[in-house]
Formats: sequence, structure tokens, C-alpha cells
Amino acid sequence: MEITLRSFWTLMHGMGFGALYLLACSGALIELYRFVTSFAQAGETARDERFLKIYLIAMVVLAWSAVLTGAYVIYPWYRAASPPGTKDLALFPQRLLMSSPSTAGWHSLGMEWKEHIAWFAPISITMVAFVFLKYGRDLKNHKQLRTGVLAFVLASFVSAGVAGFFGAMLDKYAPVQGGQTITVSKGERK
Amino acid sequence: MNNSDMPVPVIANGSGAAAMLAAAIGSFVLAVTAFAGDKSVLIKSSLNFYRPTGPLSGVTTVAILVWLLTWGLLEWRWGKRTVAITRINAVSLALLVLSVLLTFPPIVDLL
Repeated sequence: MEITLRSFWTLMHGMGFGALYLLACSGALIELYRFVTSFAQAGETARDERFLKIYLIAMVVLAWSAVLTGAYVIYPWYRAASPPGTKDLALFPQRLLMSSPSTAGWHSLGMEWKEHIAWFAPISITMVAFVFLKYGRDLKNHKQLRTGVLAFVLASFVSAGVAGFFGAMLDKYAPVQGGQTITVSKGERK
Repeated sequence: MNNSDMPVPVIANGSGAAAMLAAAIGSFVLAVTAFAGDKSVLIKSSLNFYRPTGPLSGVTTVAILVWLLTWGLLEWRWGKRTVAITRINAVSLALLVLSVLLTFPPIVDLL
């Protein structure tokens, strides 16, 4: 079983950071809403608050890891220019997509939107984590602030969702591949 | 529980409002910078901070710097104060929606 270095990083970016972040977003929305609207016992609330703080910090790390690996590790491979006369564009995903009218939209709409909207996710969730770390239980007393915070979690979810959807589709039509081969395990020949 | 029964907030809302508005401004700057780069070749080439990533490196670096600087400035001004959070909420959410729209390629092409 083998995987190329570029495929490995794409996997880390999409499944390791991006998909996990999307899953965490739905949890954060529900947990934040429940926390700021419930009237639980003080001991229980303190435990929940500690958990939610760690959860949000983990989300911040996931979101920044996703956009930074996306922009600085995978994107350069995606947008690499092909040498003149190259017939096989498999190693140049952007050029491969642009070479056919039936796939060009995945770049001109998909990647063009994804590469920018994705950054709203870490910016928003960093703000949310900061506010929750600072206010904690006191957020129950700030109705307007918590409405804003929940709206930003939702915006972060939508941004990551758009980026994730187009990331998956781009990987389907023009996967980033190549680079050093990593052997995960050696199977037995039948 | 009616409003008179609600406990008085211990921490002023200024710090949260500063973080929220700064995040919205940072997102909006990202969208506007990306838009400007799309419309002007000169701006696009000047945003090429890191060649392998291209103009995206400049767009995001500028936006993050503006976001963090705005956040620091607003925190310094509002950190210990109670501010008009309803208006700041509305402005922040409006900026966020505008940012999403301004990054959507069909809208960028229309403008």
C-alpha cells in the first residue's frame, strides 16, 4: 500500500484538518447554544466550560492548520505551471481543469471561491474561542454578544463547508498527485 | 425569568465586541483585497508575497495583519468599556455577509 507525498498532504489537509473541523463545527454550535442558554448547577457548568474551552482551542488549531497547509503546501502544487508542450497534465491540476470547458468551472468558480472563503473559518473561530475563553459563564449575561458569537460559528461552518465541498470535487476531477512515494505496508501477492 | 431577574454582567462587553468587529473587518479586507487583485494586474502582482502561492499569499497576509492590528486597537479602546453591542453586531454581520458575497466569483465578475 503506497501513497505519494502530495496525496498524503492533501489527505491531511482535507480529511485530517478540514473534515474534522466541519464535524467539530456542528458540535460547537449545539454545545455553545446549550451552554449559554441552560441553567445548570455551578459544578456542572464549570466542567462544561472547561471542556468547551479546550474544544474551541482544538477547533482554532484545526482551522488554521487546514488553511495554512492548503495555501502553502498544496496550493503551490495545484497551480504549478506546466512546461510548454506538456501533453499529460496529470501533475498540473489547475491546467488540467482549465484544458476542458466541462471542467474549467471547477477552477474558475470552485477554487477561486474556496481559496478565499476558507479563511473566514479560522478568523471567525479564533474570535469565538477568544470571546468564550474571556467570558465563559458570563456569556449567559450578554445576550447580544452570544448571538453574534453563534452567528460567527455558523459563518465559520458555512465557509468551511463551501471550501470542503469544492476541495472534494476538485480532488475528484484533478487530484494533486506526484512526489515521493511513501510505502505504508507491503501486501502479499496472490 | 424576566429582564429584571437577569444577573448584571461581570465583564464589560467591549472586549467581545472588539474581537467580533475586528474579525468582521479582517474578513472584509480579505474579500476587498482579493477583489482588487482580480480587477487590477498591478495590485495582483504586488500581492505576490510568496511566489509558489501567488497573490493569495498577499491577500491573506494583508487581511490577517489588518485583522490583528484592528483587534489590538479596538481592544485597547473598548476592552474595559460597555459599548453599543446591538449596532456592532449588525455591522459585523453585515460585513461578514458582504465578505462572503464579494468572494463569490460570479459576483466579482459582475462588478
